Amino acid sequence: MANEGPIVITKVSGSGGAVTAATCKEQLLYEIHDPSAYITPDTVADFSRVTVTEVADDRVAVDGATGRARPETLKVSLGYRDGYIGEGQISYAGSGAVRRARLAAAVARDRLERSGIASGDVRCDLIGISALHGEAMSAAVGEPYEVRVRVAARAPSREAAERIGEEVETLYTNGPAGGGGATRSVREVVAIASTFIPRALVPCTVQLEVA
Amino acid sequence: MKLWHIAHARSGDKGTISNISLIAFRAEDYARLARHVTAARVRERFTGLVTGEVRRYELPSIAALNFVLHGMADGGVTRTLALDTHGKSLSSALLDMEIPDDD
Repeated sequence: MANEGPIVITKVSGSGGAVTAATCKEQLLYEIHDPSAYITPDTVADFSRVTVTEVADDRVAVDGATGRARPETLKVSLGYRDGYIGEGQISYAGSGAVRRARLAAAVARDRLERSGIASGDVRCDLIGISALHGEAMSAAVGEPYEVRVRVAARAPSREAAERIGEEVETLYTNGPAGGGGATRSVREVVAIASTFIPRALVPCTVQLEVA
Repeated sequence: MKLWHIAHARSGDKGTISNISLIAFRAEDYARLARHVTAARVRERFTGLVTGEVRRYELPSIAALNFVLHGMADGGVTRTLALDTHGKSLSSALLDMEIPDDD
């Protein structure tokens, strides 16, 4: 990094990966909102006029970033216990796999809602079809050979969350034909709430210990 | 033509807000991206996944657009029931968007 601000990004010679204009640009914009006002504790950075230039193999020069006065507040992220998520999965294959998978999901949803096990929404996904981006995005794509049903829901306790995966596992013998490979899991949810506090409330000190 | 012929993309998140960078492989294609990949078209592309507004930021000096998607419908990284908790796969959905071949 030069005193005036320009930097050269590179990597250890002989190591894997690639430092290119493309990888540097992706990293520059990673988790950025307004590129002319990226708020950090030390400055409000402006990346809107940055230039990225490949100067040699695995050497990229980045220039043109500026910054304004640092913010008066600091972001605080508070973790809080937010119950449990129970999940079950089961797969179907061959002709009619998608229809059987939809039926399996509907059975699991109905039982979870009627039994009152789940607190709030029950989410049913078809992995291989609509788990990532929903039904609308995948509507134009043909049917796959196999599909995996995923059912996830919230519960107030670990014991209740276990029941969610069990409702999927039971589809082995009480659901559409040919369900296989059921798995289940439970995880505790630590959710995050973010807020801001005045900078003055956070004194910074440096302590250096030499052993 | 799909966007992935002329651009690459990467997505990330901050809670219930996702962003997707869209970067032209060649600087001369930036104007095409800017013309066709509007905030309105991106919002339409992600119907059902995004409940809030989509904002577009322009970075002509690196031939890139940055889209910020407010109100991800699944409730955000730490609480979501979704499989892709961080929305890392959103970039692929954007790159599958169609733009005219000849303009």
